[in-house]
Amino acid sequence: MDLRRKLEILADAAKYDASCASSGTEKRDSRKGGIGSTEGMGICHSYAPDGRCISLLKVLLTNACAYDCLYCVNRASSNVPRARFTVEEVVGLTLDFYRRNYIEGLFLSSGIIRSADYTMGELVRVARTLRREHGFRGYIHLKTIPEADPALIEEAGLHADRLSINVELPVETSLRTFAPEKSGAVIRRSMARLRLKLDAAAEEKPGRHRPPRFAPAGQSTQMIVGADGTNDRTLLDAAAGLYGSYRLKRVYYSAFSPIPDASRALPPAAPPLEREHRLYQADWLLRFYGFTVEEIAGAGDGMLPLDIDPKLAWALRNRDRFPVDLNRADRELLLRVPGLGKKAVDSILAARRSRTIRFDDLARLRVPLKKAAPFILLSDHRPAAHLLESETLRARLAPPPAQLSFGFP
Amino acid sequence: MRRVGLAGETDFAGWRKAARALALAGVPAEAVSWEVAGGAAGLFGGDEEALPAKAEAPAFTVPRAFMELAESAILHRDPERFALLYALLLRVLAEPGLVGVAVDPLVARIRAFEKAVRRDIHKTHAFVRFRRIGTEPGERFVAWFEPSHHTLEASAPFFVRRFAAMHWSILTPERSAHWDGETLRFGPGADRAAAPSDDALEELWRRYYAAIFNPARLKVAAMRAEMPKKYWRNLPEAPLILPLIADAQRRTGAMIAHAETEPKPNRMRAAKPRDAAQEAGLAETELAAVRRDAAGCEACPLYRNATQTVFGEGPETAEILFVGEQPGDKEDLAGRPFVGPAGQLFDRALAEAGIDRAKVYVTNAVKHFKFEPRGKIRLHMKPNGAEIAACRPWYEKEKALVRPKLVVAMGATAAQAVFGRAMPVGRNRGRVVPLDAEAQAYLTVHPSYLLRLPDADAKAREYERFVAELKEIADLLPAARRSAA
Repeated sequence: MDLRRKLEILADAAKYDASCASSGTEKRDSRKGGIGSTEGMGICHSYAPDGRCISLLKVLLTNACAYDCLYCVNRASSNVPRARFTVEEVVGLTLDFYRRNYIEGLFLSSGIIRSADYTMGELVRVARTLRREHGFRGYIHLKTIPEADPALIEEAGLHADRLSINVELPVETSLRTFAPEKSGAVIRRSMARLRLKLDAAAEEKPGRHRPPRFAPAGQSTQMIVGADGTNDRTLLDAAAGLYGSYRLKRVYYSAFSPIPDASRALPPAAPPLEREHRLYQADWLLRFYGFTVEEIAGAGDGMLPLDIDPKLAWALRNRDRFPVDLNRADRELLLRVPGLGKKAVDSILAARRSRTIRFDDLARLRVPLKKAAPFILLSDHRPAAHLLESETLRARLAPPPAQLSFGFP
Repeated sequence: MRRVGLAGETDFAGWRKAARALALAGVPAEAVSWEVAGGAAGLFGGDEEALPAKAEAPAFTVPRAFMELAESAILHRDPERFALLYALLLRVLAEPGLVGVAVDPLVARIRAFEKAVRRDIHKTHAFVRFRRIGTEPGERFVAWFEPSHHTLEASAPFFVRRFAAMHWSILTPERSAHWDGETLRFGPGADRAAAPSDDALEELWRRYYAAIFNPARLKVAAMRAEMPKKYWRNLPEAPLILPLIADAQRRTGAMIAHAETEPKPNRMRAAKPRDAAQEAGLAETELAAVRRDAAGCEACPLYRNATQTVFGEGPETAEILFVGEQPGDKEDLAGRPFVGPAGQLFDRALAEAGIDRAKVYVTNAVKHFKFEPRGKIRLHMKPNGAEIAACRPWYEKEKALVRPKLVVAMGATAAQAVFGRAMPVGRNRGRVVPLDAEAQAYLTVHPSYLLRLPDADAKAREYERFVAELKEIADLLPAARRSAA
């Protein structure tokens, strides 16, 4: 099989992994040798029409797999064509693409062949070859196979910027049904081991040797949305637990998408993209806006509304907390105002020291005025008293049902 | 009207020098006209007025934030930028904090310039596509790119850091940048035809681009927000965009509607996880078997969020069994009892009391970590009666198999597990009490209690008392002492 066909098969097999981040690692460059650089900020070198960033060459080493995870395009029982790169082929492609400035680096994953150790060993071999033989200073993300020998994972961390283990389905019973070879307990233990290594590498003790480098861009994971019946509250609880327990840099939410030769055990439907979007917004509220899962998804059936964002939904359920006076409220409260992002809040706080904020100022901060107006108080703006009590407020703020792009009825 | 000439579109040093002299001379913003040599105005030359001579007034300083903003915003293509920046400078001199006031209309406008420039530089780093000329060792990489602002000089150093060993050129209509492995040179603008028109790798890159696209998640607006059409003509993958969009619906429909296929007949099978001890033919001790069973314990809901069961640790022949409350953050991650901050304090106290930790058995009343996630940390939560009761059989099995002479319960939770009922620590600590036919018990505080005491004196006092109690224990059972080195 020629390289072009292999690349097609093994990129196609890798695209259900949402992560393509190339940010947050140490600073390096090639002025003293080698090739490549990382400067903290990630770069998206292209975008596909699915709106996703293309930052890394994201491929599998092989899509042959002994595991039979029903949601996965590469599961053992699927009839998709199989291919396998040699280590040298992946290394060559990465360098060729990199020199032409197509990519920031490599995101390499693999189906499980022979054994976890064998597969992990091959992934590590690619990273080692890039780093040691070619002086590659670009970004490397390696998928970590939870069952693999800790010594291999240690070497993976030495070469890689980021390691990730996908939770996929956070509910143990779903995992048993859909991914019989995987175990939540094994995944959690592996994430715990990664965190201990990350902590040790970050710790600098005076007078001691620096601990060995270990994945400076940390670890991340992914959860599939919509393949099983898990509700948003459970997903967000799991995410909050993972952030707290293993200091994940990111939890990715991946709307379950139709795949070639799909298993009939799973919903043959368009991916729930809007739900995925709301989960990302909720995740942001948890991490940067001081909300709890209970506040965001505690009500009703544990699902986030799809037509309005989770912060607006929270505000509509807690109208007694509004209107908020933008010239007086503290940061914590400002962050809870619909339409006010972190940057706008910081700008308001900075400007407030020397002047009084007026309604017109908000437009210059690019605050969506229609959304924020009912919830805020300014010297020249006071929402009508009945507005916050109005039954129709939600309807006024929800966008009219939009036609979904391209044909999903 | 005073005319000020600048050497080029990116002549920040010239603008800065002129602006400083004008501001010192008190020239108002509306009295200055800024012109660029060879620029659209085309008037640069004879009638340019000399800058005001150095005034007597002392030189002024401006906030760094302003200089940084100005240095970036001046690269914007808007011809008014020089005048707007000078107007802002005059206002900043009166109000040094102004740059931070994003709601001010002038600040907002110039910040928008800065943002556009930053984005333009970032997009240059992202969307420049090199094409190779020649082969090693004489190969060169050349790109044609069209920035939206005057940013090539600001963008180029990134490529030096990244591709220091390559020889490359970036050609743009306004300027060109050339790196020969040692020096970065800038030259005049170039024509698109001066750059190579193809590279053999682009076919592979296009295959990758098409394969990584998921037709079931079409989000064209999201793509165009980040990769606007103006960039498409210089991106080798861009000709695929419209065909991929056009075919997406059909492909998705086909995936959803496909007929069920038979599972692959000759599929691989996952190997059963191997048990090294079993393979080596080693007999498992009874305690090891209990430990293995406990690893899968789901007797209470705590297993759901914890990483793992943290079972006891120590020799099966130990005479002393220490019981703590529950694993903490570190113990949960490492899968071993008493390795976190409380464990370290415990180790120190044991050492001072002359007890060898390797000769005692250490476990917890509850074997899963109970916590509440709070951002990046986990807040310890006290296990309740039901959880202690659900976990008690594991402690009982450990005790039955280790058969200690003394069980040391540390803290109230441990006491409840050891005695089977609540037992206030304060009143009962520090003495030996009968437990059952085989063992006696001893009650003391949990080491984490010592960590939590806010008052340093009380902390020192309580620690001394804890060590004294451990010494008493060592006197009772000298076999646990450290051997003399």
